[in-house]
Amino acid sequence: MKEIDQVQGPWREAMHMFMRNRSAIAGIVMLGLVLLVAIAGPWVLGADPFEIRAAPLTPPLSEDAFLGTDYLGRDVLTTLVYGGRATLLVGAIAALLSVTIGITLGAFAGYYGGRVDAILMRITEFFQVLPALLFAMVVVTLFSPSLVTITLAIGVVSWTGTARLTRAEFMKYRNLDFVRAQRSIGASHARIIWRVILPNALPPLIVSATLAIGAAILFEAGLSFLGLGDPNQMSWGLMIGSSRQYIFSCWWAVAFPGTAIFITVLAVSLIGDGLNDALNPKLRER
Amino acid sequence: MQDSLLKVQGLQVEFNSRRGKAMVLNGVDLEIHQGQTLCLVGESGCGKSMTALALLQLIPSPPGKISGGQVFFHGEDLLRATQERMQEVRGNRISMIFQEPMTSLNPVFSVGDQVAESLRLHAGLDPAAARLQAIEMLKQVGIPAPERRVDEYPHQLSGGMRQRVMIAIALACRPDILIADEPTTALDVTVQAQIFDLLRDLQRERGTAILLITHDMGAVAEMADRVMVMYAGRVIEQGNTAQVLRQAGHPYTRGLINCLPELGSSIHNERTDLAEIAGMVPSIWELSKGCAFRERCTQAMDICAHDVPPMFNMADSSPSAPHMTACWLQADQAPARGHAA
Amino acid sequence: MGALRYLLSRLLQGLALVLAVVVLNFILVHAAPGDPVETIAGASGGMSEELQAELRKQYGLDKPLPVQLGIYLGRVVTGDLGYSYFFNLPVSNLIAERVPATLLLVLTSVLAAFLIGTTLGVLSARRPNGWLSQMINVMSLVGFAAPVFWMGMLLIILLASVFPIFPVSGMRAIESSGKGWGDVLDVLHHLILPALTLGLVYLAQYSRLSRAAMLDVLGADYIRTARAKGLSDRAVLYKHALRNAVLPVITVLGLQFGNVLAGAIVVETVFNWPGLGRLAFESVLRRDYPTILGVLLFSAVVVVVMNQLTDLCYRLIDPRIKSS
Repeated sequence: MKEIDQVQGPWREAMHMFMRNRSAIAGIVMLGLVLLVAIAGPWVLGADPFEIRAAPLTPPLSEDAFLGTDYLGRDVLTTLVYGGRATLLVGAIAALLSVTIGITLGAFAGYYGGRVDAILMRITEFFQVLPALLFAMVVVTLFSPSLVTITLAIGVVSWTGTARLTRAEFMKYRNLDFVRAQRSIGASHARIIWRVILPNALPPLIVSATLAIGAAILFEAGLSFLGLGDPNQMSWGLMIGSSRQYIFSCWWAVAFPGTAIFITVLAVSLIGDGLNDALNPKLRER
Repeated sequence: MQDSLLKVQGLQVEFNSRRGKAMVLNGVDLEIHQGQTLCLVGESGCGKSMTALALLQLIPSPPGKISGGQVFFHGEDLLRATQERMQEVRGNRISMIFQEPMTSLNPVFSVGDQVAESLRLHAGLDPAAARLQAIEMLKQVGIPAPERRVDEYPHQLSGGMRQRVMIAIALACRPDILIADEPTTALDVTVQAQIFDLLRDLQRERGTAILLITHDMGAVAEMADRVMVMYAGRVIEQGNTAQVLRQAGHPYTRGLINCLPELGSSIHNERTDLAEIAGMVPSIWELSKGCAFRERCTQAMDICAHDVPPMFNMADSSPSAPHMTACWLQADQAPARGHAA
Repeated sequence: MGALRYLLSRLLQGLALVLAVVVLNFILVHAAPGDPVETIAGASGGMSEELQAELRKQYGLDKPLPVQLGIYLGRVVTGDLGYSYFFNLPVSNLIAERVPATLLLVLTSVLAAFLIGTTLGVLSARRPNGWLSQMINVMSLVGFAAPVFWMGMLLIILLASVFPIFPVSGMRAIESSGKGWGDVLDVLHHLILPALTLGLVYLAQYSRLSRAAMLDVLGADYIRTARAKGLSDRAVLYKHALRNAVLPVITVLGLQFGNVLAGAIVVETVFNWPGLGRLAFESVLRRDYPTILGVLLFSAVVVVVMNQLTDLCYRLIDPRIKSS
């Protein structure tokens, strides 16, 4: 009698695959560090990032400013520590919003088909044609920039990709036999959508959600850079944008916050890639 | 004995993966003669498709590798040939058609273009001449209105017609050998019969030798002059069709033949259970010592677990019509010469 | 005839989309807190009530919203996009002035990214684990994760300050005459950094996408058939595989055009490139609503047109769709 390898459920198997992926682990470590600094840092430092702490344009590794100061004299290190909060908060919640809208619309469109699909697709097309950044800029300006308006604006323009993906998945599943079987035993549409099809369609959606977080972070950084962020919240993009005129005299005010954004989004991307490899069996043998 | 057109000796193919190395083909010998049809039979995973791919060196190369053996074609060992030489042989002296006609044709080129491509490549025809010849080929494989069809795209043709196009492509340059890897498995039963008829007719007209790979014993009965039965990467029986079907030496072969339900049997007799061969094909990653069929064999002996049986001649074997089996049950017969296991 | 009807219906759909965009933005702008006139009043340092009322009348702001919308749409159809609050010039003129600069930037970036990216992707598919492939992996991660404005600024620091090879900003040197071959070279010289910045992101994407498409195609059955015919590796790759692999890349190219415009806004701002993106940005800051609406309308039209073109291209290349 031969030993049989223990058969694991698909989720556990995916977890194992993920854990073996070195870059995915690196991503988790990086993200963990960023989160740690963003959450615990302000508590540890207890400073005000807008405060003028030293002479303007002090280079890094000086006495008062480990990473230097910007053209106003604000400490770059403090900025790094405090700036993470706004960026990560907005990124996560905006992504959540866009993914929720996307999955809901996509699920209905893909499952019901026909007129519902046609109408929802028109709406999706509309939001796709809408110039996202420009529209977000307009919305934020009109309703005065704050964390809430920015999050809403980003969430509202970013959901079309998720919607299309969800729709494609649902269209694939709705004709499969096991779904038809559910209908034949009287399951309601709602139950089929949320409890039967969605759990099966989840893998690519999870990957898409991870990428959405990265995209939302970049979007927020872009808005802050352009000066349309929340003026009361320090954000990495804000620091870079405000130092634009002085990049030759204080490159550190541009380089460090930018690196912070880069590392955060890179970490999220690596995790997303790792999830993709783990959850997508087709690519496994490559 | 006729001179053989293609003679394969000791062909070995291995696959490398994270799980280790697997011998997909473990010393395969075969011979194809002019104008003859040789059938390679076996279950999925026995290595018959791999044998065909190996002949043309089309084995996917990162995981797979031809690790030993010789393939003599017109006196030349193809395994030692250069890439350029192989490209000359493929589609020209030895052609191959595959199992899935639905996906084996390039969707963005017309069928005429794809037939003409072979002609332009190997026969050096100019576009106009190649197109005319392509229309002629389409006619010969039984496609109606070939002058119209020649400009159509694969998606506009049915599965059966696409397979006919594949045959046209394969035979356009009059190859010596046509390798057909389960050409009808993906088609309807009625279309299957048509395709086999077509192959037989073309073979009669052109004298092409055919290497037919199939798991369908019915097709073997219809098409084959000689049969080779494969199991777990080895040839375990070979002989004339009549010899093998009537006096199969290997328990596996007998099992395969018995699996065929008799047409109308439930009307004439009581319903009996379908015969089956118990167990499953062993995984290539876990080949054990001794005969690979041993665990499913109702007549296994002790020696079967220790030593791989060599080829033995069957009682009805003759020099012009050899019939051999790799089974210890035939051990009291003379071992077939030159066939070490 | 079927083709013509199809074209017409797509055209109408596109128009409907653009219309919807315009209406939405109009509603937003005019329904938001704050009044354009108040903005102008504030910008010009105070204005009497009478003057404000006068201005409101002039801009038609005293009429009910639906009427305003109707008037605006009526004007748009004739090509009148209103007057900029800031410049006091016709918006259509402002846009027309700046379109060439943006077009130059965007076309250069996207075309270069597409050509180089597809080439890299296709070549790397031959050896999926080779160094070219690894490089593409790294590049695509970096291209996605690095903010565009940050890349631009780093490039400025590196290639315009540390190694002063390229100009820091603008499209032309200040003292340029604006004419002749010298001008062309001058513009090209200024074009390199912004195009590089905008292009790098897309380069990463296209190379990754074309590699995936190529690998997908190379695993197809018809490629095995092509090899079995005796075609050389080159012929298999460039004749049979390439045409099939390019299809998804073209689709993405066209559909992504909306994104390219967003990138242009950021890049033009960083490099002070006198294009539509920078106009859009500055108009937002200045609350110059007619201009904002005009740019939104224009870019929506461009996106719709690009979508249709991509669709057309795809149909021309893939025979499976032509006959359905």
